[in-house]
Amino acid sequence: MATLELRGIKKHYGSIHAVDGVDLAIAEGEFLAILGPSGCGKSTTMRMIAGLEIPSAGEVLIGGQPVTHLPPRARNVSMVFQSYALYPHMSVAENIAFPLKARHVPHAEREAKVKWAAGLLGIEPLLKRRPARLSGGEKQKVALARALVRDPTLFIFDEPLSSLDAQVRALARSELRQLHDRTRITTVYVTHDQVEALSMGDRIAVMQSGRIRQIGTPQQLYSHPADTFVAAFIGTPPMNLLERDGRMLGFRPEFLRPVPPTTPGEGALRLNLRIVEMEFLGADWLVHGQLETGARPQRLLAKTQPDVAIKLRVDERYDFAVERAHLRYFDRATGLRVDDGPH
Amino acid sequence: MARTEVAVRVSIGDREGLLGGLMMAPALVYIAALVGLPFCLAIALSLTSATIGNPSIHHFVGLANFTSVLHDAAFPFALRNSVIVTVATLIVTLVLATIESELLAHDFRGKWFWQILIILPWAMPVSLAAVNWLWLLDSEFSPVDWILHQIHLLGPGTIWGPANHLYYYGREWLGLGSIVAINVWRLLPLATIIVLAGRTSIPRDIFEQAQVDGAGILRVLFRITVPALLPILVVAAMFTALLVFGDMTVVAITTRGGPGYATQLLPYWAYLKGIEGGELSEGAAVALFMFPILLAVAFLALRMAYRAESR
Repeated sequence: MATLELRGIKKHYGSIHAVDGVDLAIAEGEFLAILGPSGCGKSTTMRMIAGLEIPSAGEVLIGGQPVTHLPPRARNVSMVFQSYALYPHMSVAENIAFPLKARHVPHAEREAKVKWAAGLLGIEPLLKRRPARLSGGEKQKVALARALVRDPTLFIFDEPLSSLDAQVRALARSELRQLHDRTRITTVYVTHDQVEALSMGDRIAVMQSGRIRQIGTPQQLYSHPADTFVAAFIGTPPMNLLERDGRMLGFRPEFLRPVPPTTPGEGALRLNLRIVEMEFLGADWLVHGQLETGARPQRLLAKTQPDVAIKLRVDERYDFAVERAHLRYFDRATGLRVDDGPH
Repeated sequence: MARTEVAVRVSIGDREGLLGGLMMAPALVYIAALVGLPFCLAIALSLTSATIGNPSIHHFVGLANFTSVLHDAAFPFALRNSVIVTVATLIVTLVLATIESELLAHDFRGKWFWQILIILPWAMPVSLAAVNWLWLLDSEFSPVDWILHQIHLLGPGTIWGPANHLYYYGREWLGLGSIVAINVWRLLPLATIIVLAGRTSIPRDIFEQAQVDGAGILRVLFRITVPALLPILVVAAMFTALLVFGDMTVVAITTRGGPGYATQLLPYWAYLKGIEGGELSEGAAVALFMFPILLAVAFLALRMAYRAESR
């Protein structure tokens, strides 16, 4: 177990700047999720932590020691690939034992460790099988056991759940988080799925175009996004963004509520919307409203309880409001959040 | 409601059985005419007393040709040398092909140049290659001898001295070694391409996983790469073995089986006996002697490849 620190990490491929100056500090035992769309540089960042890529500039420190130019095997970092990368010609037991053999761990100790790791993940009955005869969820557990078996200082996950079925995935999410809570191994979890990042991460680093846009707890990211990119990326549906008085105004769909025309709004944002579509989501409705007062019409989303939604009709106009506490302000040019509230 | 009637004609393309038969036909005719017929003819010839002068297959002699071939002084040499040359070529070619494909699986500057170099022997006309190898290992003008001479390994007072030349094609083991070297040179491109195709189909993740798991270069090579390559190595081995075992061009151009029978190989001996010597029936018997060996190799190799594949 150890801390991880990235200092001004860059990776350039010719004129392409895959990672363009990333600073990151992860505390001991922390579970950090790196979240971003594909091509944002999160995988390259992860590969530099593992030692599979050498940074063009910057430093990687594990447990305070610089490891920037060390090969992967000198780092004691465990990694679980998206494909699980099980060795096809080895049995499950041989797969799990491989990192120990590479470290010349004596036979008896190796056996015991393999048993321990398999027990932790509940895969003892599979030990003699070959990877080709495992289900997706079983493969994932074998990959996890192989990563765990050698007491790594750092765990790296590269989208480990994306090849699982939707049902298995939800279960695997909570199992993975429980495993972390039991072992307390410092973990970097790379994903493009915000549900995984929000539900599992102690903190989340949101990346875009090779840079980190924001690092914070899931709650911070959700309620106080650092810029318009994070605001529009986090949350399903994302934050509503609206241009007002030379600034960008942001608010979450669940805070946009229909109000009686006469209700006085103290500092609240009032909007008159024409309903264009109503989407049934199960627990609530997603109301697509069109704002037609500005220069050009703009779509806004409202998440509405069924008892309120039932009174709304498509193509009718209603007054909506957002309380002041729920409004976020962003600079129009830079997209960065400015201090809350009007001047 | 009016329906548009579309006239659909059932064409030959819709009748899969017939179409399949038609498309298979040329291959079947080709195999029957150029493989099946000569094979049956060879069996017939080997059981008679046919010669070039009298190629009739009416005089049945049973297995007499086979026993006479077995008792020929050249036979033990030809069989031993064929096995030695095939096995040695196989081992050297597969090791080199694995190394080359390992190098070519990585990206480096000027890779295209090395790819062309590696493939070049394959594109070389046989006549040109023959001239090249005859000169390289010539008894008097060999540049290899000259280099050995320059670095003081050959000549009076050196470990391979005192002669100034090694006479590659005139000595038993140097002759066989030369045949192996030329066969390796000739077959390495094909083997490399086969192994490289297998190498690039292994997911890259597995190699990176092994690196992260703490394996060094050699452990990755022997515990990950080679086992994963095994099925394709068997295929490459089969191609190489069949091409070497059945080949007579290399020995015909270089040692011509000499000195004596010391570097004789089965296919060249069959040719010498059957065509040059005019003993059609004995030549056929020698050639047929190779058939069960080739068949067994092909059968075993295919079985191993399937087994490795289905694991």
